[in-house]
Amino acid sequence: MTALLAFATNNRLVHLHTVDLAIIVFYFVLVLAIGFYLKERANTGEDFFMAGREMTAWIAGLSFLSANLGSLELMGWAGSAYQYGILAAHWYWIGAIPAMLFLALVMMPFYYISKTHSVPGYLKLRFGESSRALSSVSFAFMTVLMSGINMYSMALVLKIVLGWNINFSIWVSAGTVAIYVALGGLRSAIFNEVLQFVLIWAGALLIPILGLIEAGGWSGLKARITANASAEYTHLWSTLGSAKDNPMGIHWTGIVFGLAAVISMGYWTTDFLVVQRVLTAKDMRAAKMAPIIGAAFKMFVPFIVILPGLLALAVLPMKLMPEAQAIATGGHSYNEVLPLMLARYCGPGLLGLGITALIAGFMSGMAGNVSAFTTVWTYDIYRAFIRKDASDHHYVNMGRWCTVLGVAISIGTAYLVMDFKSIMDYVQALFSFFIAPLFATVILGMLWKRASPAGGFWGLLAGTASSVAMWAWVKVDPSALRYIALSPYAKDMAENMYRALWSCIICFLITIIVSLLTKPKPEAELKGLVYGATDIPSESYVTVFHRPWFWATVVGVVFIALQIAYW
Amino acid sequence: MKAGGSISIWFFIGVSLLFNGVLILAAGIYQYVQPPETPTVLFNLHAGIWWGAILTLLGAFYCLLYRPSRMKAQ
Repeated sequence: MTALLAFATNNRLVHLHTVDLAIIVFYFVLVLAIGFYLKERANTGEDFFMAGREMTAWIAGLSFLSANLGSLELMGWAGSAYQYGILAAHWYWIGAIPAMLFLALVMMPFYYISKTHSVPGYLKLRFGESSRALSSVSFAFMTVLMSGINMYSMALVLKIVLGWNINFSIWVSAGTVAIYVALGGLRSAIFNEVLQFVLIWAGALLIPILGLIEAGGWSGLKARITANASAEYTHLWSTLGSAKDNPMGIHWTGIVFGLAAVISMGYWTTDFLVVQRVLTAKDMRAAKMAPIIGAAFKMFVPFIVILPGLLALAVLPMKLMPEAQAIATGGHSYNEVLPLMLARYCGPGLLGLGITALIAGFMSGMAGNVSAFTTVWTYDIYRAFIRKDASDHHYVNMGRWCTVLGVAISIGTAYLVMDFKSIMDYVQALFSFFIAPLFATVILGMLWKRASPAGGFWGLLAGTASSVAMWAWVKVDPSALRYIALSPYAKDMAENMYRALWSCIICFLITIIVSLLTKPKPEAELKGLVYGATDIPSESYVTVFHRPWFWATVVGVVFIALQIAYW
Repeated sequence: MKAGGSISIWFFIGVSLLFNGVLILAAGIYQYVQPPETPTVLFNLHAGIWWGAILTLLGAFYCLLYRPSRMKAQ
């Protein structure tokens, strides 16, 4: 395989040595070995789709975070940090930590006690079959498309950075993911995600350490950024008073209400890609601790993602630019920040580990998408609407084939994106249509007994439809952005935040209105699903230091301290 | 957390860190003895040597702590 990698290498940003290739090849061998080793533990549906529900809080928590830490996340946000400064850290801090803690302390008990296998599965229990059908079909469809888009983007970066042939990158990495997930199911995906999480840190941590040494520490970094760009790039909150005062063109209300209260809450608490990892926890306390452990690590991810982007602003001799401009001029794009910084500091061996970190990020994200798709397809679509009474063995086989099918559709999407690049914008927008309203539906379902099945369905549909309508409005008339984002200075990023906010509010209101006009479920049917109708187990039998709320408070305090420190 | 029969996921992680650490350490020592013509920025810090050593030690520690024979005994 080393020879094959060397053969696939052509023009490149960095040059790999034999030792680098050996590290990359060993990584592929190890993830496949884990898949083969775990095959014997994936014989029942509970094993294959839910990893036997026996994961410790640490495994579930690290996997929960790793499934989100895809390569696009790493490279995209490092590029965004170069482009927008430390404002990009909002997506790791206020755009993640409160939602993760909310999932742990408020929502996890209902997901766990209901013994659901998926988020659409919870909607079925709470609101009925129509809500499940709407959310499962949209989720399955969007997940494989997103997986394909990520695959294409990663292959493009590997081509630019390493000179690897796009077809080679797509087929080798997708094939590897298909094999280890089809063999070992969710358990294999989770175990590899934990391995990938460790490798991401091992491979990426040297960049901020060496970068800070070169820049002269944080104060030196700030001075250089002020000289090269602007002092605004190093402030987290103080420039958000007006959209025209910061590089992102966003007001603080967009960050607090759009990002933190809606998009982040929607993603971290209802996107099955991440929630599935926590559902595999061995008991309720582990299920609540897993997102808290994930949040604790998430707070420090900016150290290996955002800081390299800021360091690039300070130390790189060249100016980076948008992708299209980079291709036209032969320059370097924002997305090349991490590879450029790797090439700057890392010699043989370290470079291989850094590239392995990027590939590991890609594969963990893809495995997350594929395993979530497999579960939703098999349990919420195939078993619910196509074949209801098959044996457990039949559904496991369906899961294995569905894994291969999911990867195949992803590969197809990757090639589709290659020919029609605008599809990328459309699919990413489509994905955002479902997340924000889904949060309103799920949270009302969990906290309000009066929410009726009709209310849940029509609220979700109205929220999604309004999001599509707002998106189309801005596409047809770009000046409409000022109305949706409440500012004439608003930019693209602000549109996403406010569109999510409005669609969530619409879903919320429609759900309430329709629920008040229609018949709710009897309280006996809400047991284990809704606050006030569910007995949540007491944690008084464990010491304070073992209680989830204690560690959530610790994480919350550190989170607030970070906001103040970088204000 | 044990995978399959008796091998812990942390053992796999230990193997990965140990393998990568040894290779990076060896490459770092080679570069120290035979400096490249175009060194990386901060080459004088020899990051490959100390980062490789850290990964090797960490990997060896995890391999020993979670070795299959010890896990079986538990």
